[in-house]
Amino acid sequence: MPFIPHTEEETQQMLETIGVSDIEALFDEIPPALRCGLLKEIPEGLSEMEIGQLMAARAKQDGQATCFIGAGAYDHHIPAAVWQIAGRGEFYTAYTPYQAEASQGTLQLLYEFQSMMTALTGMDISNASLYDGASALAEAVLMAVRANRQSKSRRILLPRSLHPTYRKVVKALVGNQGLELIELPFNPESGRTDLSALEPFTGEDIAALVIPQPNFFGVLEEVDQLTNWAHENKALAVGVVNPVACSILTPPGEWGEKGADICCGDGQPLGAPLSSGGPYFGFLCCRDKLVRQMPGRIIGRTVDKEGETGYTLTLQAREQHIRRSKATSNICTNQGLMAAVATIHMALLGAEGLERVALACHANTQQLSEKLAAIKGVEKVFSGETFHETVLKLPASSKAVLRALANHQLLGGNDLSDDYPELGNALLVCATEKRTDAEIERYASKLARILSGADDVLCQLHPKD
Amino acid sequence: MLIYEQSRSGRRATAQAPLTRAAVCAIPDRFRRKKAAALPEVSELQTVRHYTRLSQKNFSIDTQFYPLGSCTMKYNPRGAHAFASLPEFLGRHPLAPESGSQGFLACLYDLQQMLKQITGMQAVSLTPSAGAQGEFAGVAMIRAYHEANNDDARQEILVPDAAHGTNPASAVMCGYKVREIATGPDGDMDIDALKAALGPQTAGIMLTNPSTVGVFEQKIRKIADLTHKAGGLLYYDGANLNAILGKVRPGDMGFDVIHINLHKTFATPHGGGGPGSGPVGVSKRLEPFLPIPLVGKDESSYRWLNEEERPLSIGRMSAFAGNAGILLRAYIYAMMLGREGIVRVADYATLNANYMLKRLQEAGFEAAYPERRASHEFIITLKKQAKAHGISTMDIAKRLLDYGVHAPTTYFPLLVPECLLIEPTETETRQELDRFIEAMIAIRNEVEHTPDLVKDAPHTLPVKRLDDVRAARELDLRWQPEE
Repeated sequence: MPFIPHTEEETQQMLETIGVSDIEALFDEIPPALRCGLLKEIPEGLSEMEIGQLMAARAKQDGQATCFIGAGAYDHHIPAAVWQIAGRGEFYTAYTPYQAEASQGTLQLLYEFQSMMTALTGMDISNASLYDGASALAEAVLMAVRANRQSKSRRILLPRSLHPTYRKVVKALVGNQGLELIELPFNPESGRTDLSALEPFTGEDIAALVIPQPNFFGVLEEVDQLTNWAHENKALAVGVVNPVACSILTPPGEWGEKGADICCGDGQPLGAPLSSGGPYFGFLCCRDKLVRQMPGRIIGRTVDKEGETGYTLTLQAREQHIRRSKATSNICTNQGLMAAVATIHMALLGAEGLERVALACHANTQQLSEKLAAIKGVEKVFSGETFHETVLKLPASSKAVLRALANHQLLGGNDLSDDYPELGNALLVCATEKRTDAEIERYASKLARILSGADDVLCQLHPKD
Repeated sequence: MLIYEQSRSGRRATAQAPLTRAAVCAIPDRFRRKKAAALPEVSELQTVRHYTRLSQKNFSIDTQFYPLGSCTMKYNPRGAHAFASLPEFLGRHPLAPESGSQGFLACLYDLQQMLKQITGMQAVSLTPSAGAQGEFAGVAMIRAYHEANNDDARQEILVPDAAHGTNPASAVMCGYKVREIATGPDGDMDIDALKAALGPQTAGIMLTNPSTVGVFEQKIRKIADLTHKAGGLLYYDGANLNAILGKVRPGDMGFDVIHINLHKTFATPHGGGGPGSGPVGVSKRLEPFLPIPLVGKDESSYRWLNEEERPLSIGRMSAFAGNAGILLRAYIYAMMLGREGIVRVADYATLNANYMLKRLQEAGFEAAYPERRASHEFIITLKKQAKAHGISTMDIAKRLLDYGVHAPTTYFPLLVPECLLIEPTETETRQELDRFIEAMIAIRNEVEHTPDLVKDAPHTLPVKRLDDVRAARELDLRWQPEE
């Protein structure tokens, strides 16, 4: 019996102890009419070898294309030690550290995680992770509404330069609580959010302004101006940042005169594989004074009864298992193992290593962008400076071009024509530190060939596709 | 010692980062960080040794019996981890085209189908990232359903007083008021209290079955009928699904929406607090509202179902498709169990729980619901010991750690005084269960003869009893360099 250790004899002895004749008798409190019988449509069980063969065949079917997509998930190198340590059973198979004395490994690690995340973002407080970047932003927005005592409006400004899926997730997660989400236009030349977009709201009651850095287009926002505008208008400034970019960009805690009040983002670039979108983790950091509005687990350093240092879950009165309907959030299980991954990843790379990664991604994307924009008909869309992604306009259907590139095992970028139809046939491309000169060269030459019509997919390239 | 305290300025684990700093940077100074982040500067060996040693300060399923009630700490099969970690799966970008993702999508589609069968629901969405997000999605669908019917008066969600804290918290996140329903003396819901609470303001009711007190709610059909007659919908909290796998299905009990904790019932790891995964299943009337993306199948190819196909969806819960790597692990586990293995999970989880309950009762421990069959878990109350010897359940829980067992869930549900909620799971041997029982008996002797030994526990762990009050009063939430 897979994963069940009982021998026939033990089962009999246990039934005798209980005083029933068979296991079925233990289900005698379930009304018989409700019983379902054998679930015939579930397949017969497979051995480990058989399921391994099936999974290997399915994996092989998908292959491993060269990835130039970013859009919220980035193909970084993960040091070998990261998962070898995080995958140890003592981390991998432990539960939430409710029994602190038996969970000092996880607890100390998460305290180190909080220390590293605050160092990277320039904030005072970090929680111990949320599900992902998009849901972390939803929690950040709710937190801002609770924390901003000067605002009664529940109005949130979200730039259209923010990841479109993040905007959708925020809408889905906070929409039932009466928040008003207002979208801000971006400057079509620079690709960033101008102060002029905020002009209509100056002097209005706004709970928070969300500021992505870099924004979804890879463009760097004028975060100092935006943060100052928020504070001048009694709104909280909520940053959405990439943790790798944080190693070379002004951290949210230092934006403008006073710094952002809250920042969040997706921790995937810190050691989580692409893995079809998860598990990643969301991080959420804030100023000291907002700590009691923070959702999720927080670990504190304390002492034991003999005065020795130890770590424990703290401020639990914010959480659902204590405060129930009055909790700051319903979150219980978070993404603890991914926070462990990020901690080990950051320890291995250090600030200098993360900077090198960030600079290499930036340089590779610059190189990619130049090579592709040199192709006839391909143009850079925005003039604003970028980090490690950029938007390019194509002279043909972006969807069809991506399909043609995929035939060459190239994932050429993220098509923007659905979310931003005003940009035309636009692609968001990314070249992380893993992309080699040869891969970038290959992308450029395949794209040139496809666009010149020499590739046999020419017939599919209808602009309206 | 913290990793920070092993740091020395200028030390690097150089092999992990690009060997040179890129020479060209087109980012103007006004965007640049002025001072490097204060991350530790340590070698690869220091990092590996530090975190390996930290790991050794944890209890885990791989090292200890972990009978944490309501958490289903069963063995996490290594095969599931290994095959979900094939390089193609790890390297797949979430926005990769469907044409190059058929293998991955097939696994998700098959998992959706199996979860439909197991729960008796009409359709399943895999996207919620954990149980609480599944609860949010479920209640949001209930809300969307009433709104689609222009039934705006329904502003209240009912939850039993013994419910998980996430239930009322999730209802509030969906903009509902919460009303609690009392539990009767036999552990089942007080039907009169339910009748009194139901009305035109009722949006729905959230239940766990077997309930959080570890017994099967026998009047479930009655509860379903009453709620449906009042115009409300029924939500099933899947935390205890392990107890009834292949025996009875939430869909057949009358539930309209359910979440499943894959990190409990489907053996995916808890990772020291997550990731989890909380797929939702629904009855026909809630199907249009399922969170996206879903995986659809046209003849022989698979594709994502997004906004276009699902205009009434409550929307997206995460940037991509939830905890995909966890979904693969659950799929692999379910495929190894097969149709017969699935039923055996409930069989042996229930056998183990009832065996432990019986032996503990024979040893003189008091069951909270002695007339009832245990499901996959049960409650004992230590109120006698607490009263006679001034010992709390927490003291006994801490002493159990010294015996090399993780403590059961303590003080939940709140309505049973001084309680332990014990869930052994099906993957533990009889010998492991016996060791736990012997430890409980030994600790009771200690309570009677050397109570200080118990009050001061634990004695053998990396730290002694921690000062939680100080942790909350004198907040120390991050390392800072000494001034």
